[in-house]
Amino acid sequence: MTAQGSRRVLAEFAYEVPPVERGYTNQTLYVNLSDNTITAKPVTEEMKEKFIGGRGFGLWLLWHAVKDDTKWNDPENEIIISSGPCGGITQYPGSGKSLVVTISPLTDIPIDSNVGGHFGPLLKFSGWDALEIQGKAEKDVIVVIDGQNGRVTIEEADGVPVDSHLVGHWLIEEMAEKEEDRYFMSVVAAGSGAEHTRIGCLNFSFYDRRRKAPRFKQAGRGGIGTVFRDKRIKAIVVKSPPVRGDSNRPADPERIARAGLRLHKEIHDYDDQQNRMRKRGTPYLVQIMDDYDLLPVHNFKFGSHPDTPKINGDVWEGRFSQGLPDGCWYGCTMSCSHAVDHYTVRTGPYKGQKVIVDGPEYETIAGVGSNCGIFDPDAILEINFYCDTYGIDTISFGTLTAFVMECYEAGILDKEKTGGLELRFGNADAAIELLHQMARGEGFGKIAGQGVRRMKEYFVKEFGADPQFVQDIGMEAKGLEYSEYVCKESLAQQGGYGLTNKGPQHDEAWLIFMDMVSNLLPTFEDKAEALHYFPMWRTWFGLCGFCKLPWNDIVPPDNAMTDEPAKIPAHVQNYVEIFSGVTGKEVTADDLITMSERVYNFQRVFNIRLGKGLREHDAVPYRSMGPVTVEEYESRAERYDKQLRELLGLDPEKMTTEEKLAALRKYREEQYEKLIDAVYARRGWTKDGVPTLETLKRLGIDYPDVVEVVKRHL
Amino acid sequence: MKVLAFDQERCVGCHICEEVCSDTWFKTTDVEKSSIRILDEGTGPLKAVFCVQCGECIDVCPTKALYRDRKGIVRLKKKLCVGCLSCVGFCPYEAMFYHPDHLEPFKCIVCGQCVKECPAEALSIVEEAAPAPTVTEQWETVVG
Repeated sequence: MTAQGSRRVLAEFAYEVPPVERGYTNQTLYVNLSDNTITAKPVTEEMKEKFIGGRGFGLWLLWHAVKDDTKWNDPENEIIISSGPCGGITQYPGSGKSLVVTISPLTDIPIDSNVGGHFGPLLKFSGWDALEIQGKAEKDVIVVIDGQNGRVTIEEADGVPVDSHLVGHWLIEEMAEKEEDRYFMSVVAAGSGAEHTRIGCLNFSFYDRRRKAPRFKQAGRGGIGTVFRDKRIKAIVVKSPPVRGDSNRPADPERIARAGLRLHKEIHDYDDQQNRMRKRGTPYLVQIMDDYDLLPVHNFKFGSHPDTPKINGDVWEGRFSQGLPDGCWYGCTMSCSHAVDHYTVRTGPYKGQKVIVDGPEYETIAGVGSNCGIFDPDAILEINFYCDTYGIDTISFGTLTAFVMECYEAGILDKEKTGGLELRFGNADAAIELLHQMARGEGFGKIAGQGVRRMKEYFVKEFGADPQFVQDIGMEAKGLEYSEYVCKESLAQQGGYGLTNKGPQHDEAWLIFMDMVSNLLPTFEDKAEALHYFPMWRTWFGLCGFCKLPWNDIVPPDNAMTDEPAKIPAHVQNYVEIFSGVTGKEVTADDLITMSERVYNFQRVFNIRLGKGLREHDAVPYRSMGPVTVEEYESRAERYDKQLRELLGLDPEKMTTEEKLAALRKYREEQYEKLIDAVYARRGWTKDGVPTLETLKRLGIDYPDVVEVVKRHL
Repeated sequence: MKVLAFDQERCVGCHICEEVCSDTWFKTTDVEKSSIRILDEGTGPLKAVFCVQCGECIDVCPTKALYRDRKGIVRLKKKLCVGCLSCVGFCPYEAMFYHPDHLEPFKCIVCGQCVKECPAEALSIVEEAAPAPTVTEQWETVVG
């Protein structure tokens, strides 16, 4: 890598690195880039008790930093990174996650993103439970947290590259004095694409000791990379003291070790027969989704495609380097952070370079692949590489490109409007060029990079698009692009996407199999219970520094015999043991849910405070509920006709396709409204989606400023 | 490559090997700290659990703390170990051990003390062909 950049210290802060005590350092690091202040803030017992860490700390700090009318690019908006009390233990798979929180440029409300890589734990071992960055720098800066020497600096970063794969390498080579320093460094960076779009992501590095190179995991959703570049941050670097098995100073290390050994053994014994995560990672899902008609194809029109075998898990198992411990934190034997090595870039500014492509993950394959009609693994790799290094979220990129392609095929767009790009389904070259345009901030890429919600408005205003049609097919809710599952046949998952805090991302609830395949949620009450329990359960991972995958991408062999197999009771118990083992606080499985409920309801109120978070904002596009077009209906006519007959007592033989579409739509939209009523009731919210005062009191978050927000809507 | 060998016909189940091992490496009589374990399952002959130096754990270790030394013995660099216990969970012979008194796992490195002390001459050190290189070792030659 070229070392053309230079660093000049603008501000410096010296500190004593405190010992970690039971998962906490009991202080957070505050950095203001407008006035270059750097300071330590205490973590109170109240914060730990009510907000736990991770996403909870992020939301709490953000709540106190912003005003009711703060927008994503106001200086008071913050980026907060925090792992959580269990983050940094090495014995249990998936225990090194970081949670990032900011006000999103896509949704104008808080976004939270759960990301791997080493930054969160190394930040903690450098003395900080969270990093809070406010303000905007005048010129590009890097923030350096040196936990080896107790020094934080804001530094000017002239000539330092911006794209992640370059800046990551550059900083590690620049700052590592010896080989071991590389092991305990982590870089957070975005890229040139994050500067010119609203879909910027952050890359979090970890040093791969075998490949002898930094690898990257992405905090993808919600445009956090865009906020990062708007603050003119090129990178954040942490350099930690060496990690040991007890760096997190847990109360009862043996309890954690025993849980870890149980799971390591389970993965060793059963992963090959279950999901083959160690060999193929999340791409194992591609074929399964296709088999169940759930894989998004052509902007979520369809759920399967004959070419899926060209991009399914078998293919990626062949492309990923095998036999390496590809965990994104120590001790993750689930090892799903696979990579394609020695990939030769074929387009753009890095054409000809041999690079490591981190991934692709399922979401990327489904998003930039099948959803765009692209079934070429090399094209998927090219887009994956550039999305990452440009700091662009592959999910938003995939979903918005699929939307653009449908608009193109529907005649809303043409070559003239796109500046020459023939953005039809399957045109990988055009999709790749769209991505390069986003990075350069040019042409149609600049328009598309604003996201689906803003494109809809633009296409209506500038190109005379039918507002109803673009609303129906534009797969966004709250301003965030959908992640990559077709949920038309699962009402519970329609709620799993629509009734989320941050927007339609599957990490809150993934209920399609329980609902559609296994039919375990027949009533509205069953669905509402699932849409209470699972979002709370999944929220909990992000409070503590955990990854969700080791919870249910491996299951004990006797799991099916338990009372509630969908919850994986044995694994829930592991988490109970670990939380108690780290913090020394004895908890039950129910307590974990209550922890999440607090943070979840607080986030809902936060949304309301910033002008969203009511029932109207939980609306979803009809493409997520049912067929929008005649083509779509007729592709699954047998299924839909059967439903008209059995659920509505209609005779499809006597109806036109348009009449059938309308009847089905009326029914499905009514079902969604009934679902909302049931879910709000279960969550302790009003019919308008507002947490009641009783709910806030029960959870102990009836702080005066929280109550004041809620009272305006009761 | 030298490895430990066990003759189940000769073993009398005295467990002296366990005591010798834990005393040699941890100065304790706690046999939970031994890198060899004699198992009596109640049916059939006694079994012994110890490392056969297969090297599978080398590829599981995220920090390259596990490596094969010049004599072919799989060893642990404690300085690099982060105590994740992946190797313990993934050892196909269950011969990588954990003890709550220690952050790092431990294993047989063919020191031969148990061989010397076994009264039944059930243990010996034998020569075996070196196994194929691990994936980690192959990467070393690629990346350098």
